[in-house]
Amino acid sequence: MSAEPTATSEKTQAAAPARAARQRPVTRYWQAVGAIAWKDLRAEIRSRELINSMVLFTLMTVMVFSLALELDSDARQNVVAGVLWVTVVFAGMLGFSRSLAAEHDRGSLDALLLAPIDRSALFFGKMIGNLLFVLVISFVLMLLLTVMFNISLIEPLLVVMLLLGSVGFTTIGTLIASMSVHARARETLLPILLLPVSLPLLISAVRGSAAILNEMPSEDWLPWIQLLAVADVIFLAAAYSLFGFIVEE
Amino acid sequence: MAYPSQRTRLLQGLTVATVVLFAIALYLALFWVGPERTQGEVQRVFYVHLGSFLGAFLSFTATVVAGIAYLRTRHPKWDTLGLASVEIGLGLSAITVITGMTWAKPIWNTWWTWDPRLTSVAIMWLAYAAYLMLRSGIEDPERQRRFAAVYGIIAFASVLFTIIIVRVRPDTIHPVVAGPTQADPTGSFDVTDRIRDTLFFNLFTFAVITAVLIWHRIRLENLVQRVSRRKMELLAEL
Repeated sequence: MSAEPTATSEKTQAAAPARAARQRPVTRYWQAVGAIAWKDLRAEIRSRELINSMVLFTLMTVMVFSLALELDSDARQNVVAGVLWVTVVFAGMLGFSRSLAAEHDRGSLDALLLAPIDRSALFFGKMIGNLLFVLVISFVLMLLLTVMFNISLIEPLLVVMLLLGSVGFTTIGTLIASMSVHARARETLLPILLLPVSLPLLISAVRGSAAILNEMPSEDWLPWIQLLAVADVIFLAAAYSLFGFIVEE
Repeated sequence: MAYPSQRTRLLQGLTVATVVLFAIALYLALFWVGPERTQGEVQRVFYVHLGSFLGAFLSFTATVVAGIAYLRTRHPKWDTLGLASVEIGLGLSAITVITGMTWAKPIWNTWWTWDPRLTSVAIMWLAYAAYLMLRSGIEDPERQRRFAAVYGIIAFASVLFTIIIVRVRPDTIHPVVAGPTQADPTGSFDVTDRIRDTLFFNLFTFAVITAVLIWHRIRLENLVQRVSRRKMELLAEL
């Protein structure tokens, strides 16, 4: 329980001499964000419980999709973008609920809230931690689908798409998971709350990725990338202004 | 806190006026206005279709306003408005979808198609259904109100998505009656006078219906709270 606040203060102290002369709030804000993301990452590197289950879940989902849809090579080309994103969304949801539920159950969320930092710094720290997991999953999935579906997914444009999609999805996911963690049936409530609000994001991501993978001209995928970028900005702004109200107590 | 009797009478009067308005609006839509040139009689459902969507839009806008006001003032009355407007909005958007389906069957030869507009309305409906799930999932009343306000604000993204999508996507088959689209960037509103008058009268009627229904729902919620308070008092006396 005490690990989290210590991680924050260690980080602050280590950087203190360099920053002592000009303690500008901007720097300290991002230090706090980095400290929280880093502690999540370090805890995960040591325990590896979340990433192992997420990667296994990803493998199984891809298996289920290929068996359930009985994909031949033509069908694979058409559905690969959908399989990619649905798997990212489901694996991501596993991660979001775990990341905040663990914090809530151990009581360490209260300790984090006591830290003298901006509440939104706490949110962005958590969100960056979650984002790293989602990006690892996306990367694993790209390799996996390239091998198993025999379609090359390793394209720079698709990476941009994955980055934009993951940022938006993780932002709204972390925000909603921080609410659903207080509910009675939190595991069922998170998908119910998260899917409708993130569906516009998912639709844009799937359509855009499909257009890129089918090597369509740029006017077929550029609007989707723009839409994703706009959605990201809206969700980030919403999360920045609303997270403080969620973790008020 | 008893309900002021003059307010009750005002609400009763408004309700009667709304019923009369709705009867006139239906008469205009079903008899007074002529059948549309290409679609025929089935086009008459459009007045209720657009009207109920306007009502849903106004309700969900009220949810956002109530959410922001609640987070600022922390007065429970704003939460009651939020709950009332979500429920009324859900009902009205269900009417939008059902009237849309009855129109789509003869015109598109299918009840439902995964057109961007239809998809986005379905998403909108699900988002507000999720709002009610969130409320029932949280027990602590203060936290319930706070989370509901936050989610009510977030869910409005799906309403904006519904309105914007037909104007930016060229592949939708859903008609856009007024305003700019991809196919027609300048926008137009080219209808006969009777259709225009009927439409505006229906839109006005549905705006009034929405407001009156929300008021009724708020009143009901206040009564529910009064009854449960009274119950607690009685239990305390025992």
